[in-house]
Amino acid sequence: MTAVITGTHFLTGNDAAAEGAISAGCRFFAGYPITPSTEIAERVSRRFPQIGGSYIQMEDEIASMCAILGASWAGVKSMTATSGPGYSLMLENIGLGVMMETPTVVVNVQRGSPSTGIPTSVGQSDVMQARWGSHGDYEVIAISPNCPQECYDFLIKAFNFSEQYRVPVTVLMDECVSHMSEKVVIPKEEEIKLFNRKKPKDKPEKHLPFKPDKDMIPPMAAAGEGYKIHVTGLTHDYKGYPVMSAECHEPLVRRLCDKIRNNVKKITLIEEYKTDDADVLVIAFGAVSRSAMTAVKIARERGEKVGLLRLITIWPFPDHVIQAYAQKVKGFVVAEINYGQVLYEVQRCARTDNVVAHVPLTGGRLHSPEEILDGIKEAGK
Amino acid sequence: MRQEIRIAGFGGQGIILSAVITGKAAAIYEGKEATVMENYGPEARGGACSGTIVIDDTKVDYPYCTHADIMAIMSKASYTRFRPDLKEGGVLLIEEDLVDLDKDDNALVYKIPATRFAEELGNKIVTNIIMLGFMIGVTEFVSYESMKSAILGTVKARFRELNDKAYNRGFEYGQLAKR
Repeated sequence: MTAVITGTHFLTGNDAAAEGAISAGCRFFAGYPITPSTEIAERVSRRFPQIGGSYIQMEDEIASMCAILGASWAGVKSMTATSGPGYSLMLENIGLGVMMETPTVVVNVQRGSPSTGIPTSVGQSDVMQARWGSHGDYEVIAISPNCPQECYDFLIKAFNFSEQYRVPVTVLMDECVSHMSEKVVIPKEEEIKLFNRKKPKDKPEKHLPFKPDKDMIPPMAAAGEGYKIHVTGLTHDYKGYPVMSAECHEPLVRRLCDKIRNNVKKITLIEEYKTDDADVLVIAFGAVSRSAMTAVKIARERGEKVGLLRLITIWPFPDHVIQAYAQKVKGFVVAEINYGQVLYEVQRCARTDNVVAHVPLTGGRLHSPEEILDGIKEAGK
Repeated sequence: MRQEIRIAGFGGQGIILSAVITGKAAAIYEGKEATVMENYGPEARGGACSGTIVIDDTKVDYPYCTHADIMAIMSKASYTRFRPDLKEGGVLLIEEDLVDLDKDDNALVYKIPATRFAEELGNKIVTNIIMLGFMIGVTEFVSYESMKSAILGTVKARFRELNDKAYNRGFEYGQLAKR
């Protein structure tokens, strides 16, 4: 069985995500199956043995996260998949992954929350958790697909971002997209663009594993390649050894944040529809963006100047995009399946005279286009 | 043009699979865009179960079915639950041994004893495929060939012959019913 199953398939978002990971070169998965992400683990557990990968069902999500960080340091692209309750448990070690600058990918298929909430139904309430859930100052990357084709494509993007910036990347899926079946085109292997982590070029005895290049990102040797490697969650110097001083801490934490912050524009992915002359801009992501698209098309048929801005990159938040639109539009509509998360980011970037209408749902179902049309009416006042 | 189809019954009847096969027929073999959504309870068997297919010429935006153009219903409970969502002038297909129509139901209804036909073919498991054949026989919203390819491309090789028979049984019954 080949790794990349080139061709046209009809897949669920979860199955497409598993195939995207495989196409990206992921060969290690440690996880604890949880609805609505379970089918990712199922597919990977069937597929990995065919292609030389390892699948481990772990005792819990804490261990799962540790295992994928370890696998990444062994030189293998690694991932896990979970939902909100499991993601909560992973967050401590996502922070460890940030501090150790470990490329890995976490898929969070969001369901109705808080706590165990409404497992088999849609939610989008882990947005802030993905950004702030671990302790300390840090920056991560999170991207959100809205169809199975993107579940495939964006898993590859997620691995590429994680390898390039040496940071754990979260794919913020939602139940609606994960259990939706659509056509998924998988390209030829040679057409897939992969970014692999930089390897050190210096001699092992001179190598400093946490000394960054000009791009702020240090090359990464895997354990067993002959380089001395010491990784820790403690503040560390270029050697990777713990140093308990503000002089060492300050530049390290700044660099961990700035290697992402300074590249926001390169990491930002958005989709725009009829935004050129829009007076009202609907902002949505994931499954909600599909209801929003229907709403915007209905509004346009009525002659209203409404556009759609779909956020694909959620973190780092594309401030520059919202700030630019804030100068042009009268109002924003933020539609999301939570009780106010992306809303606060948009309010932060909007001008004081922009109307920011919110169309929240707490989970369990997707917005109807009519509900978003109500928000458009409010923002246009 | 956007078309919405709902297939509903109870868990174990192959409802979700038949929705996925229908989506495949439209998206892979007919070259259209199709989105399949599944809905079921926590039970593995017996609970309410429904799959919807939205077919369009361009990418499907809102993914759910709101007013079905075509509805294939295979249990009384799903008839009660989903019948109100049938579009005015829509086509209603029912498993006649499992669904009692309301006396005042004025929909365009086509009936088939799909489970009995499947038992006659020797395996109740193909009830859903008979229903798919019936649906295409009556409505032809995708071609006979597209649906056949989707079915045979999905089921395991050793069940292809049985599924082919089931599909044709339903299709022919549908063609007759239409006249």
